[in-house]
Amino acid sequence: MLELHVARRIGTLELSVDLQLDRETIVVAGPNGAGKSSLLRLLLGVLRPQRGRIALDGRVLFDATAALDVPVEQRQLGYVPQDYALFPHLDVLENVTFGLRPLSRIERLRRATSWLERLGVAHLSRRLPGQLSGGERQRVALARALAREPRALLLDEPFASLDPLARRQVRHALRGWLRDWRLPALIVSHDPADAILGDRIAVLESGRIVQQGTADELRRSPASEFVAGLLDAAPPADGVQP
Amino acid sequence: MNRNRPSAWDAVQLIGSGLLVAFLLLPIVALVVTLRWSDFLEGLHNPLLGPALRLSLVTTGSSLTIVVVLGTMLAYWIARHPGPLSRWMEAVSQLPAVIPPAVAGVGLLLAFGRRGLLGSWLAAHGIGLAFTTPAVVMAEAFVSAPFFVQAAIASFRRLDDNLLVVARTLGASPFRVFLRVALPLAGPGLFAGAAMSWARSLGEFGATLLFAGNLTGRTQTLPLAVYTAMESDLRAAQALSLVMVAFAFAVLLLLRRIAPGTPLPATQVDRA
Repeated sequence: MLELHVARRIGTLELSVDLQLDRETIVVAGPNGAGKSSLLRLLLGVLRPQRGRIALDGRVLFDATAALDVPVEQRQLGYVPQDYALFPHLDVLENVTFGLRPLSRIERLRRATSWLERLGVAHLSRRLPGQLSGGERQRVALARALAREPRALLLDEPFASLDPLARRQVRHALRGWLRDWRLPALIVSHDPADAILGDRIAVLESGRIVQQGTADELRRSPASEFVAGLLDAAPPADGVQP
Repeated sequence: MNRNRPSAWDAVQLIGSGLLVAFLLLPIVALVVTLRWSDFLEGLHNPLLGPALRLSLVTTGSSLTIVVVLGTMLAYWIARHPGPLSRWMEAVSQLPAVIPPAVAGVGLLLAFGRRGLLGSWLAAHGIGLAFTTPAVVMAEAFVSAPFFVQAAIASFRRLDDNLLVVARTLGASPFRVFLRVALPLAGPGLFAGAAMSWARSLGEFGATLLFAGNLTGRTQTLPLAVYTAMESDLRAAQALSLVMVAFAFAVLLLLRRIAPGTPLPATQVDRA
C-alpha cells in the first residue's frame, strides 16, 4: 500500500496531492503543467515536499513533521522515466545488474537474465541501449526497475517516446504485465489512451486531484471539461482497441 | 544568374581568413625552417634542457593531478547545484583565465610569499613556498585550472538528469552514481579539458617567474629555460622551443588516441 499526502509550491504551481494505492495501477492523467512529473519527483525523493507524509507498506518514507526523509536509494521504488534513461555506456545486461549490487555475481546474472526473459529481450543482453528500438528500450528499463523487486512502480509517460504502432502494442503488453505483477503502480500520462492501463484514474489539474475513480465512474459524471474530454478520447477499458 | 558566383563578401572573408592563418602559422614555420639540423642537435645538448624538461614533466604532472582531482569535484558540484553560490564559485574558477599571468604571480607572492596573507603564517611554522618547486606547481595549477574546470562543468551539465535519478532509484549512493554513471559519461569532456589544461601549464611562464623564480633544476621549467637561453644563444632557445612544441604535440596526439575528440591546442603562448 502506497500512501501519499504531499504539498509543495513549484514556481507558480501549488501542488497538493492525496493518493492511496493498494496492489493496483492508478493512472494520474492531466494536462501538461498540471504537476504530474513533479508529483513523481516528490515520491522518488528527488524533490522535497514542504508538507505531508509518504508511506509504503507501512514504512514511512517522508514525514515533514517528524523531519524524516528516506534517501532516494533506500525507498524501494522502481522508476521508469519518459526517455527510459538506460545507461548508454553499459550494455543491456549491465544496465539490469546495476541495481542488483548486494547480490552475488551469479545471483545478479541469474535474476537479470530471468527478468530480461520475462520481458522478451534476453537475446539483446550484449547490445548497447543505442542499438535498441524504443519498445526494446522500454522493456529493458522495466526489467531493470523490476529486477530489484521494488515495492511500487512509477512510470512517467511510458509511451511518449514510441511511434503510434509500437505504442498500441506495448500498451497492450504493459496492461497484461501490470495485472500479473500486482504491484502498486503509478503511471503518469497526458495521453487519454493510457487511461486503459489503470484500475483507477486520478485526474490532476493545476496541482490538485480533481477527480478519481474507475474509467466508467469518471465517464458517468466527469468533474471537469478536461475529464470529459479525457474519457471521450480514451477507448473503453475492455474495448476492441488494444 | 549563376548562384555559385563568389560574392565580394566571400573574397573579403577569404583574404581576412588567409591573413590570420598565415600570421598564426608563420612563427611556427620560422621556428622550424630557420634552424639547421646540426644547430638543433647542438641545442639538444644544452645543459639547460635536461633539468628543465624533467622539471616541466614533474610539475605539470603534479599540477594536472591537483587540477583534475579537485576540479572534477568542483565542476560536479557546480553542475549539480544550480544557484547563486555555484554561479559565484564558477565565476571565481574562471578568474585566473582573465588575469594576466604576471599579475597572477604577484598575487601568489602576496598570498603565499614569506610576508603574504597565508605565507607569513606558513613561514612561522617553518614552511616557505615561494621560489621552490611546489611554487612552480602552484603557479601552473592556478593558471591552468579554469581550462579544465570549464570543460568539466560543461560535460557534467550535458548529463541527462534522469540517468542520475534512475541510478539512485536502483540503490546507488550519490558517490556510486558519480563514479559509475556521471564520470564515465563525462569522461571524454574531462579528457579534453585535461589536455587543454596541461598544455596551458606546460607553457606557463609569467606567474612561475614571479612566484617561483628561475633556478635551474628547481624552478626553471621549459619556457623559463627558453627565456634564459635567449639571453646568450638564440639557436639554443630555438632548439629548446622546438623540443617543447614537439613534446606538447606528442602528448596531445597520444591523448587524442586515448580519447578521440580531444582538441589539439598548440602549446599555449603565455601572455605575461
